[in-house]
This record gives sequence, C-alpha cells and structure tokens, in this order.
Amino acid sequence: MFHLIDRRLNPKDKSLGNRQRFLRRARAQIKEAVNRTVSERKVADVAGGETVSIPSKGIAEPRLRHDANSGRREGVLPGNKEFLTGDKIPKPQGGGGQGNGKEGAAEGSGDDEFEFALSREEFLELFFEDLELPDLVKTDLNEIYAEKSRPAGFTTSGSPSAIDVRRTMRNGLGRRLALMRPRLRELEALEAEVAELESRNPASETDRDRLAVLRKQVEGIKRKRRAVPFIDPIDVRFRHRQPQPEPNTKAVMFCLMDVSGSMGEREKDLAKRFFILLYLFLQRRYEHIDIVFIRHTHEAQEVDEDTFFHSRETGGTVVSTALDEMLKIVRARYPNKEWNIYAAQASDGENYSGDSERCVTMLNNELMPLCQYYAYVEILDERETGLFMNPGTGAALWRNYQEVSGDWPNFAMKRVASPGDIYPVFRELFAKQDGKN
Amino acid sequence: MSSAEAAQREAETGPSSGRKYLFEGSDWDFDTLRRTYDAIAEVALDDLGLDIYANQIEIISSEQMLDAYASHGMPLMYRHWSFGKQFVREERLYRKGYSGLAYEIVINSDPCISYNMEENTMAMQTLVMAHAAFGHNHFFKNNYLFRQWTDAEGILDYLNFAKGYIAECEEKHGVVAVEELLDSAHALMDQGVFRYGRRPKLNLREQLKRERERRDYEDRTFNDLWRTVPGNGAGDKPEETDEDLAERKKRLKLPEENLLYFLEKNSPALEPWQREIVRIVRNIAQYFYPQKQTKVMNEGCATFVHHYITNAMHERGLLTDGAMLEILHSHANVLRQPEFDDPQYRGINPYALGFAMMADIRRICSEPEDEDREWFPEIAGRRDWRGALKEAWANFRDESFIRQYLSPRLIRDLRLFVLGNDTTKSHCKVGSIHDERGYHGVRESLAQSYDLAVIEPDIQVVDVDLRGDRVLHLHHTMRDDVRLHDSAMAEVLAHVRRLWGYDVCLTGADAQSDKTSYNASTVRSDKDAEE
Repeated sequence: MFHLIDRRLNPKDKSLGNRQRFLRRARAQIKEAVNRTVSERKVADVAGGETVSIPSKGIAEPRLRHDANSGRREGVLPGNKEFLTGDKIPKPQGGGGQGNGKEGAAEGSGDDEFEFALSREEFLELFFEDLELPDLVKTDLNEIYAEKSRPAGFTTSGSPSAIDVRRTMRNGLGRRLALMRPRLRELEALEAEVAELESRNPASETDRDRLAVLRKQVEGIKRKRRAVPFIDPIDVRFRHRQPQPEPNTKAVMFCLMDVSGSMGEREKDLAKRFFILLYLFLQRRYEHIDIVFIRHTHEAQEVDEDTFFHSRETGGTVVSTALDEMLKIVRARYPNKEWNIYAAQASDGENYSGDSERCVTMLNNELMPLCQYYAYVEILDERETGLFMNPGTGAALWRNYQEVSGDWPNFAMKRVASPGDIYPVFRELFAKQDGKN
Repeated sequence: MSSAEAAQREAETGPSSGRKYLFEGSDWDFDTLRRTYDAIAEVALDDLGLDIYANQIEIISSEQMLDAYASHGMPLMYRHWSFGKQFVREERLYRKGYSGLAYEIVINSDPCISYNMEENTMAMQTLVMAHAAFGHNHFFKNNYLFRQWTDAEGILDYLNFAKGYIAECEEKHGVVAVEELLDSAHALMDQGVFRYGRRPKLNLREQLKRERERRDYEDRTFNDLWRTVPGNGAGDKPEETDEDLAERKKRLKLPEENLLYFLEKNSPALEPWQREIVRIVRNIAQYFYPQKQTKVMNEGCATFVHHYITNAMHERGLLTDGAMLEILHSHANVLRQPEFDDPQYRGINPYALGFAMMADIRRICSEPEDEDREWFPEIAGRRDWRGALKEAWANFRDESFIRQYLSPRLIRDLRLFVLGNDTTKSHCKVGSIHDERGYHGVRESLAQSYDLAVIEPDIQVVDVDLRGDRVLHLHHTMRDDVRLHDSAMAEVLAHVRRLWGYDVCLTGADAQSDKTSYNASTVRSDKDAEE
C-alpha cells in the first residue's frame, strides 16, 4: 500500500542530455551572446559572469495562441475597492491595457530575450572556441615534459630514510602472529612466578618440581622469541619514488607597459583588458600562472598590479629598459626549462630615438628564443585610427618591431583604439597559425 | 459514515491521552516518515474516507527536483532540447533565488508516485505527504476527466516505451530528423487532444502491446487519402460535386478537432516511424489535458485535504505546536492571493480559489445561511460535507465546478469583479461586481476564464483540397474577434506543413456570423518568392 524510496543516491544530471541538446541547438546564438558579453562587460567580470541571454527566436516553441491585443475579452479580478458596474477605467498608455493578468503572463514569454546560466566551463569553451595556444613551438611534446619523482608504491629495498614505518610494523605484526611469537607479557608472568618460587625458603618438593618446569618453559619462550624477532628484515618496506615525466604546467606572463605621461587612463584601461584576456587564455592551459608586471619610463621597474595600473610616473620613454628588466627576471626566477614564458607589451608607440633598434636586437638575440609568445599592442588615439590602421605606417618602434614579427612567427603585434578592438585583436593574435602563414 | 463521524468526534474531543507526538524538531528520518504516513492515512482513510492509489513516496535532492521539472515532472521522458531549455531556465531562476523549488511533485500514475525534497523539514514532509500522497492522489483516482482520459496504470510503461522508441529512431534516422519531427508535433500539442468526443478510454498498456503489430499493419494499410489523391491524370477528373465533398469529409471524418490525430492518420508525408512519434506526442498531450482543466480543483482538493488532515492530527496531539505553526505558515503562503492592484498580482491563485471554494462547500453543508439555501438547495444543510466534496471532486472540472459552486459569499469575500477589455477602445469597462445583480455575471465570467475551449483557440481541420494542390484547410472559429498571435501562427503553420507535406491554409471566421476575418497560408505568394 505504501512504499518509501530513497532516491537521493540515484544519478543526478538526468537532464544533461537535454541540456546538451539545447546548447547544441542554440549554439550559434549562444556564441554570439558570449562574444557580446566579452566586448561589453568589464574584462574582470568576464570569467565570473556566465549568465547569457539569447534572442528567443530560434529556440521558440511556437503554439497557436490568442493575440492579447485583439478582440474583446473579460477577466475576473479579486480585490475590488470602489468599482461599480459600468465604470470606465482608462487603459495605461502604450501597454495595450491588459486587464487580464493571466494573459499578460502568457505574453511575457513572447519575443523576449531568453536568459540562462552557462557553467563557467561551457562559457569559456565557447569563448575560446577555435583558438589554440600559439604554437607550442619550442615546447613541443617531447620538451614539454619535465621529470619529477613521484610516489610509486613500496619496495623491499631502499635507503633507511625511506622506511615506511607503518607498513613495516604491519608486516611485522602479521608475521609475529602467524609464527606465534610469545608475547613479552607471558614471559614476564613466568619469570615472576619463577622468582616467587625461588624466594621461598625452604622450598618444598613440589615447589622444586614446579620450578624446573617453569625454568624450562621460560627457556623455551626465550628461544622462540629469539628465533622470531620483533622486526625481521623481510618486514621492512621502503617508500618507492619513481621519476615521472610531468607536463610543464607552469607559465609566467610578463606584462610590460609604458607608464610615461603620454599613457593616459584610457590607454591603461585598454592595456589592462588586453593583459587580462591573455591571462584568461593562459589560465585555461596552465595549472599555475605567475604574472610579472614591469612598468617603464626611461627606466624600468617590477611593481605590483595596483601600482602598475594606477600610479603615474614622469619621464622619458626607453622601451629597452623594460626588456632588460624582463630578461633579468627570467634569468633570476623563471628558468626556461620549467616555465613557459609569455610576454605582453603595451605602449603608445613612442620611444627614445635610436632605442627601438636596440629593442630589436635584444628581442632577436635574447628574448624571443626564450618566449613562447610575445604580443605587442600599440594603443592608438581614437582620432588616429584612420591614419594608423594601415600597418605599413607608424613610429620607429612599430616599424622596427615589424622586422621582428617577420622573423619570429611567435611574435605578434597589433594596434587597438577602442575597447571594441580588443577582442578581435585577441582573436587574431591567437588565431590558429595556419590562418596566418 | 458512522466511523468517520466517530473519528471526527474523537478529533474534536482533543488530544487523546496515551499518544505521543509523532516527532519533535525539524529533522526527519525514514522511521518517522513511516509512522507519520500511517497517522495521516488514518485520518485520510477512516475520517475523510479518501479513495487512493497505492502510494510510492520518493525522497529526492534539489538537483533531482530540477531534473524532474524539466520533463513535465515525469520520471521518464524522451530526450528533446525543449526540456533542456526548460531546465536551464528553472536552474537559473532557482540559483538566483527568484523561485523556490516545489516541495513535491506528484504523478498521476498507479501506484501514485510523489517526490518529496530532502530539504523539507519533518513538518513540511507531513504537509507534503497529506497534500500529494492523499489529496492529489484521491483527485487523480476519482475525477471523471482523469478516469476517462488517462491511464494511470499504464503511463510509466508507456513513457518507458516512448523514450526507448524515440532513442531508437534517433539512432536509425538521425537526431536531427527526430528533433524536427518532435518540434513540429510539440507545436500542435494544444491541438492534439480530443476535447469533446467520447473516444474509448486510452489504454496505454494495450497500445504498447499492439505497437509493433500496428506498425507492420500500417505499412500495408490502405490509405484513404492516397486513393483519392489524383495521380498523373489530375486533369481528367471531372468537376467536384457537393456530394463528392461530403463523401470525402465523411471518409476522413472531417471536421476534426485533433490535428495531431488527423495528421497521424492521414498525412501523406509521414513514414510509419514518424506516425508513431506523432502518436506518442498526442498520447502525452492527452494525458496532461485533464490536468490543464483541473488546476483549481486539483490544488484546491489537495490543499483542503492537507489542511484538514494536519489540523486533525494536531487536535489528536500528534503534532507539536511548533510543527503545526510551521505547517500553517506555509499553508498561508501557498494560499496568498494578492489583490489585482498589488504589484505582485499574477492572476487568481488556483490554490487560494480552490481551497476557498472547498472550505465554502463544507460551510454550506454544515452551517448554511438563507442565501446558501436559495443558491445551493441540493447541498445546503446536508450534514455530510465529506460526501458533497467527494461528489464535486469526482464530477467536475474547473469551469463547471465554478459555475456550480462559486457562492455569493465567496464572491463578496474575494471582492471579485469583472473587467471587460475591448482592445479597440481606450478604456476597460467594469462589468459585474459583488452585488446582488452581479453574482451570476461574476460566476459565469470566472467559469469561462477556466474553460479551455474558450482560452485556447478553436482550430479544426475542415477540408483537404485533394483535387488540386492537396492544401490542408484549417478553420479557426473566432470568438469576440480575438485573433491568433501572428508570428507564432506563421511558425506553427510551417510545422503543420512539415507534418502534412503540402501547403496549409488557415481561415479565421467569426463563430456567430461566420464572416471570414483573416486568411493565412504557407503558400508562398509571388511577391514573397521574389524577396
């Protein structure tokens, strides 16, 4: 008559299949919505905000229904206060005046945007779709692995420092039980009895007999305890470690930025978005990411993020100082073997005359061989957009960097003028290589 | 009835000595649930005299509740993206805290399955068991609509079959083909039910048994339509006479209100497996049709039952005051009815209306006033309110229930009034209000607003132009100049076209004057073609 069933342990996600079907069906719209989200929102929110809204067209489930804005209808409402039969109530302007709440609700599901939450994974998957980590050129499959020793079970030989006490004791206990090693307590009890008998004076006949038996027993126990030791070499176990290839999952990202007076809030904001997008992208590939902020005027300095973006400096502009600083930090803290090195540089394109050539030399000889990827963004004044969007023109730094770009496929450069440009830049920077070369 | 009255007397005499509270505190365990169920059953069966299917109560987590939401609350469902859409919507609303989850979901099946959330406190579990496992359960088993149109015993087997069958079709014919077909069939679900005709009761189990057999048969079957469709020699056919038309309509059993049924039986475009899927959708639509017509009664019945049972249990000293307060609090939440000018007003709350009417019936039976004697001579003063309620639960649907039982007193209590809205005018007009002259008007108007025949468009298949282009003719019988929503209509017609295989046109004409109001068609005009 009555069954009570605990279903809580049944598999969840029964609707997973339906959810996937839905995402597949609305894929084009969802992707568009994701792209919109990226360009409209503050970049810092991008990774967290996963609610997207898509036009309900295409995922609509049309049904034949009455048009609320036609014909005559009646509705019954509760809570009359002062109305009398025959009263006329003007309709609210523009709304078509739906007296009937029920139909109002049905209308609501009409042509609105359909809003729902994507999981972070689904969101980023779409966000990064058909982007690939730029050429794992240097760190190709063989090189990407570093060796690291990891626990790999137990062995019977090894160095004393690697003895696993618990396992050793467990084995010892098992062996002692199996071979029936007499316990210390038994031995002590017998010895106590022997001592007690020996202390009796004079000893009776029975005492002496008993003493002989006991001594023999004590002897036997002692022998057996010697034969079955507390810990035997065969009990001992050592922790074993085996060197295992480990994917190189660490990346360091260098953010280089010109902070001289010519870089205003707008320029810094654009640069920040660029950096964060790169960061997000790396975050997907690497378990651990370090970020190093290097700002420069005519001299360069490593700073924390806040200072990097918000404090102002005065001075000239010598770009090569930042490259020097980066090289120094790489050598000191980020050995090339362990770290995947990425660099993102933002500047307004100004440089001390003659320094650009030095930058090119440094990049060619020192930095580019170390870096997985080097991205340079030149931030334009919005008024200059038309003038400078042609990549052939530009200031010394831009022209010189173009040489580097020609020589190194993992060097990319781009100009941006507004927040809207950033995402396309980002895509182009990391677009599949085959599209470029 | 004597035993029930005895039980009531016992309930009224206050806590009987020697019995202890069923539970204290808010935690529940399976033992307590069992004991509480038994106590509820005692009141429900011996006192109220409910007649129920065997119960199967399942405890589920909130994630599982969300899952259940997304498939009409059914434990089994075939796969379709629209359920996924429903799921992501509900999930978002829930995660953002816009809506709580239901405390329970109950399924019209035999045994009657109800899902209870694990998060519920013991007091809530008590309420929920009384509400779903007894209230809804009794309603499902006894209401004439459910008895006539649904097969509680076979539904789970049938859904299992449907799920497997559709998965099999996806494998054979591709996910996309199946999805398109389901999209089209879903678009016609509202028009895929029998409303009036007294077809034999659906026996899903038997359908299931005969499914394969029928499929084979249909492969060979003589399609009436094909016979009448002219072949290459279309031009040779003489002019169609009125008799031909009448004959054809008779053969195709036109007019037909159940579009899915018509298409399933007569569409020249559907393959046998497609017909089976259309049938599945149609059967499911029919299964849910009674629920759409009895929201007020179903919830009212369940709410009345839980209210009565929990009160009786409290009086018998089985529930602590704390538990009872919690139950009353959530009871009051469920019954909240904002007034029309409240920003939270979302229409009339079916729980509130249903419960109020059922409590009112009890009042009319036991303490009638003169007005009630005049309006309800059959039940006023009839001491046996249990019997009166059970008759109401068994023999009405929302529309007829309101027409029969909405009392002047309740109209006054709720201060109901009728508001007429002519979309061509700049103001709404107040119709009947809660006064002597208005009671009938309010009652009539409220009843109408629950009549699916009025709130859903009345569409019928009237003809198939077999002589020429095989265009399917649909007819929309319009009332009060209410048209169809244009963009949705165009999309639905496209779906009908997909199922029918040829063009479809829809004519809207006024119910009284039969004057044509609009024409819509999937036939592309020359102008459209140019674009």
